[in-house]
Amino acid sequence: MTTTPDPTVEPASEQAEMPFAIVQGSPVTVLPYDLYIPPDALEVFLEAFEGPLDLLLYLIRKQNLDILDIPVAPITKQYMSYIELMEELHIELAGEYLVMAAVLAEIKSRMLLPRPEGEEEEEDPRAELVRRLQEYERFKQAAEDLDALPRLERDLFAAVVEFPGRRSTLAPPQVTLDAVLSAFAEVLQRADFFSHHHVQREPLSVRERMSLVLERVRADDFTEFRSLFTPEEGRAGVIVALLAILELLKEGLIEMVQNEINGPIYVKAAA
Amino acid sequence: MTPEKIRNIVEAALMTATEPLSIARLDTMFEPDIDRPSRDEIRAALEHLAGGCDGRAVELKQVASGWRFQVRADYSEWVNRLFEEKPQRYSRALLETLAIIAYRQPITRGEIENIRGVSVSAGIVKTLQEREWVRVVGHRDVPGRPELLATTRQFLDYFNLKSLSDLPSLAEIKDFEHINPDLFESLDQAPAGEGAIAAAPPVDESKFPPDSNIVPISG
Repeated sequence: MTTTPDPTVEPASEQAEMPFAIVQGSPVTVLPYDLYIPPDALEVFLEAFEGPLDLLLYLIRKQNLDILDIPVAPITKQYMSYIELMEELHIELAGEYLVMAAVLAEIKSRMLLPRPEGEEEEEDPRAELVRRLQEYERFKQAAEDLDALPRLERDLFAAVVEFPGRRSTLAPPQVTLDAVLSAFAEVLQRADFFSHHHVQREPLSVRERMSLVLERVRADDFTEFRSLFTPEEGRAGVIVALLAILELLKEGLIEMVQNEINGPIYVKAAA
Repeated sequence: MTPEKIRNIVEAALMTATEPLSIARLDTMFEPDIDRPSRDEIRAALEHLAGGCDGRAVELKQVASGWRFQVRADYSEWVNRLFEEKPQRYSRALLETLAIIAYRQPITRGEIENIRGVSVSAGIVKTLQEREWVRVVGHRDVPGRPELLATTRQFLDYFNLKSLSDLPSLAEIKDFEHINPDLFESLDQAPAGEGAIAAAPPVDESKFPPDSNIVPISG
């Protein structure tokens, strides 16, 4: 915990740049002038970095460096060359990459400053960066672990017997049949007034009437039950109308409500 | 009800359910029965059914929201061949964001960005929310009141987990101060040679962050 000698040692400053190829036994560190690299290939590689921390980690791990003892100068140099390469390839650089470049430069310069004798121990200028790198790395690892967990749709498949597309039981209408029938009785009575008319025998289709009723009722408004009948049609006509309404009710296409006993019955299209 | 009958009813329910069923949910199914089984009996039935799956391709597994029958991971290779479409893969950015939320929840986007060193794209958070793996559980009481994100039960279900404590343990952080109390001193004693590989062996103490007691609330 006392002062230390020779604070200017720059560790591993002679860290050799990784040769990217060995040609006839000699390492090659400079790209051959006429080497063609498809620009897309490099872009894919460079864009694979998830940010400056990821890039730094890559540089550190690639060279098997101790994360707690990063040789700042060479790493900064390598980092900058990647940044320049990305700029050359017109990869849109996130601002964070440039911030990191500044951070590295600052650490580098602080490392170069001699430490005053006898002063309280100062934190290693790299400490904060190392902390962040480690924190990022553990989540990078956690993400890989998470990805490796068996998961549904990839490794696991929920075993399910296909269930018939049946919804929960349709609740019976709140209106009692009695109420419907007594309302209908009234309609019938009125229809009787017109019974002396000679009704043309005309084919009455329940289906067709269902469509007509459906056209009349609306989902956002109530239609009075009785208004759906045309007493002038006579008995057969109103019965067909009733059958159509009951059929629609059964199919769940319309709803019926009666707010009070013996009150009017209202019909509306199912939402 | 005989244990066998309870077992068969539970099995029938699990087979037709499209989501995991909890014991409480199974319990409601027996409500109208006069000789309604106790929850312990239901649990026993589940355990018996799970045991009965030994040696079969299907297992009865308990995940966060309940029990479900599922095909064992050992057979995914063949099952996947049945489908033309490959299982979905997720980007590193998404997985890292999800991992940070899972281990550090509840957490704001800004805090995630601090760890990752890059901005978190809105698309990723949206995807995570659409998949119902992540949801907003509140707001941090700081200026701007940023949203606090946390994982959901569906996240645990999807990743075959019963609770957050089943997540793999986080790697240990090597303490700069302790391992390297004085950089320059250590340089003298152990001159730079082959840099030690820094991947720390996971230590059990780091099993899970202190917030492991956060239980995602469903719905």
